[in-house]
Amino acid sequence: MTTPTARVAAGAADYLDQRTGIGKGIKKIARKVFPDHWSFLLGEIALYSFIVLLLSGTFLTMFFVPSMGLTEYHGMPASMDGQVMSEAMASTLRLSFEVRGGLLMRQIHHWAALLFMASIVTHMMRVFFTGAFRKPREINWVVGFLLMILGLAAGFSGYSLPDDVLSGNGLRITDGVVKSIPVIGSYMSYLIFGGEFPGEDIIPRLFTIHILLVPGIILALIAVHLLLVMLHKHTQYPGGGRTDRNVVGYPLFPVYTAKAGGFFFIVFGVIALMAATMSINPVWNYGAYDPSPVSAGAQPDWYMLFLEGSLRLMPGQTEFVIGGFTLSLNILIPAVVIPGLLFTALALYPFIEAKVTGDHREHHVLDRPRNVPVRTGIGVALLTAFIILALAGSNDLIATHFSMSLNAITWVFRIMLFAGPVIAFYLTKHLCLALQRKDHELVLHGHESGTIYRHENGEFVEIHTPLDEQERWTLVSYNSPKPLEIDPLTDSRGVRRKGYRKDKFWQRVSKFFYEQRVEPVTPEELAKVHEEHGHHGDH
Amino acid sequence: MSNQENVENHSATSVGTEFENPGLPPHRERLTDTDPKAKRRASRTVIALFTVSILGTIGMLVAYFMVPPGESFEQTRTANFLLGLGLFFALMGIGTAAIHWAKTIMSDHEVIEERHELRSTDEERAQAVAALKEGADESGLEGVERRGVLKGAMVGALALFPLTIAVPLIGSVGSDWNVSKFRHTVWRKGVRLASDPSGRPIRAADVTIDSAFHVIPDPEGIPEDVRPGTHAWINEKAKAVVLMVRLNPEDLKEAEDRKGWSYEGIVAYSKICTHVGCPVALYEAQTHELLCPCHQSTFDMTDGAKVVFGPAKRPLPQLPITVDDEGYLIAQDDFNEPIGPSYWERLK
Repeated sequence: MTTPTARVAAGAADYLDQRTGIGKGIKKIARKVFPDHWSFLLGEIALYSFIVLLLSGTFLTMFFVPSMGLTEYHGMPASMDGQVMSEAMASTLRLSFEVRGGLLMRQIHHWAALLFMASIVTHMMRVFFTGAFRKPREINWVVGFLLMILGLAAGFSGYSLPDDVLSGNGLRITDGVVKSIPVIGSYMSYLIFGGEFPGEDIIPRLFTIHILLVPGIILALIAVHLLLVMLHKHTQYPGGGRTDRNVVGYPLFPVYTAKAGGFFFIVFGVIALMAATMSINPVWNYGAYDPSPVSAGAQPDWYMLFLEGSLRLMPGQTEFVIGGFTLSLNILIPAVVIPGLLFTALALYPFIEAKVTGDHREHHVLDRPRNVPVRTGIGVALLTAFIILALAGSNDLIATHFSMSLNAITWVFRIMLFAGPVIAFYLTKHLCLALQRKDHELVLHGHESGTIYRHENGEFVEIHTPLDEQERWTLVSYNSPKPLEIDPLTDSRGVRRKGYRKDKFWQRVSKFFYEQRVEPVTPEELAKVHEEHGHHGDH
Repeated sequence: MSNQENVENHSATSVGTEFENPGLPPHRERLTDTDPKAKRRASRTVIALFTVSILGTIGMLVAYFMVPPGESFEQTRTANFLLGLGLFFALMGIGTAAIHWAKTIMSDHEVIEERHELRSTDEERAQAVAALKEGADESGLEGVERRGVLKGAMVGALALFPLTIAVPLIGSVGSDWNVSKFRHTVWRKGVRLASDPSGRPIRAADVTIDSAFHVIPDPEGIPEDVRPGTHAWINEKAKAVVLMVRLNPEDLKEAEDRKGWSYEGIVAYSKICTHVGCPVALYEAQTHELLCPCHQSTFDMTDGAKVVFGPAKRPLPQLPITVDDEGYLIAQDDFNEPIGPSYWERLK
């Protein structure tokens, strides 16, 4: 029996399929399997907050006027009434106070942007610490990395649009940084601002970048990112039945359609609640842009804090004049070199690790972070550097809130920036090794049961419950790569070979990664322990 | 055991040296799988959640029509809160309903899908190479005279044509590209120092010890086309703002060649930080230090605005001042060096 609805659906499907062959695609995709884990939701949050950004952003473009032309503003709030300001600022005020729901959309847009960057960063952390970037996913790591950079560009260009005091000062700092670039700095500044800062061009230019160029590229890269996820099939955490040759989970239709679709509404809902209850970027408190005032305690959005902190920490003595030309290393190092190093290390990491592991297999089962101590240590070290820089970007707030000396705080951060990552690396690596040894013990001797047993001879022993095979498998199913082995310098006839020094270098790096390791328990080891215990019991 | 056997044992998975994958853990039934009542309850919950969403949407629409943003902050805040709350319920209702449905009613049997190696088979690769070769052969280059020239012409044409877009763009994007404008401000000999933002000229007698004055050039004293209200004024103001303080003349350490630049302990310095250009706006009267709120460069106002802490290197440029016949503070001249952040050809 076919219902009328089913008949219509069948008709429509037939029509489409005859013209697109869509049936083949649906056959492949409808029951595609995705594994379940909370940490896989982080990337989804990024995707959904981007959709929220597109929706709320489109709303805002209907009312925002991207112009620096001056106008006399009339309306709420009273403190702004009658002021001469740019069209950009005036329209921002109008869409906040006059357009119904406009303030909500503005706040949704800004909160979604913060969440977008936060979810990208935490998603990257998940991918990094579980080794999800390994072959065949190195390219997708780079795509994701580019998405993060574009997210920064989108955030920065959007933040600067309202033309209030805060955004104007942000642009002024940008101008100062750009001017520090050797040889072409002043010309770059003219290129960006269409002449002298601030000029009349920067907001229309940023507007085009913000609503067309950057989101266009983000959209294209998201498509590539997701296409590669489909192609590679999702990674999965280790567990019974999961291997590098399969993927275990639930089908796209209906389970993930409902779960992922539902999750979009939850992410959007949470953003809506934030926008309803928490004020963000109230530009009328800062006033329209004027090159003279600046408010103390002003902070950029959180994802820019590390750059701000980097600028704050650098001592000024590093500006030099060479042959009459000024080289501002006090700006170039913190604004270009340090972020450049952090980002390059991040982008290249999968390739470096592949090189030192000497491993050409595909990996689809994720690592538990403890099982790769050096990678986990490097990740935590990078994060530590990022967090110290971000905290340094709030050094004035720390100083005023805790009544401490600003100079002392700055000095502590200067030292921490170098010491912190090293300490974090060392602690993390050894914590991982300790956790691995604990797992090792657990597999060999089982869980403590809390039951104490007294032998006839008076000896007390605690009964240990052996692990069930599922739990044991989770703890023993990992690779523990050894440092690379390389061919000797000379062959059997004593002829020196080319490329030895390069090999030697990579071997050294490889040793740094894999010299200290805890091998997974083997069945023999376990059998041996059981045997010993058996003997023990007999006595 | 011979060495050979050892190696074999190691390479074969799950034999001897490695544990065997135990396979999927046994499936555990949910309450809704076994108890029809629980399933009915779950479906009723889903219906209720979708209903919450519908109510949320209606609530938002009611708020839209009933609560205009209005005249006060309070009302704007109320409107924002009600609209957002309605939207929140409209969205969360759908989200939680869909997920509750998926978790309690939809099948929760895990499915296993096989993976296949991504690389093409050797045969497919050979076919791909053959296809490309066939295409290359059919491009007809084989046997054409002066093949290199043809290729060179093609590459040259493709490489050059983007100039048709790039040259006009780069030519115009920096307006007149006259970067020497950085060097000058609207300060001239005789321009009065005026309060920012009122524009009222300041008398030397009105400047009390240790109070900081935010100063702009007197609008009356500068060309008409850059006066307040024009856009050019914003560009000029961005360079011309000054911070002025009166210090106890005994505290003042002045360089020999700048002895005449202050007036009875009143000193005026550019307010644009020599680091990256923020307005250096915070004056600390007790220490006579000027602090940049952006990156905390600290300048000593008693000692030529030299840097005492922070990421800036150079002192703030000083504006030489004096008074006119009527007792108003005036500039002696423009700054003697470019104000603001450093740039490559600054000293040229």
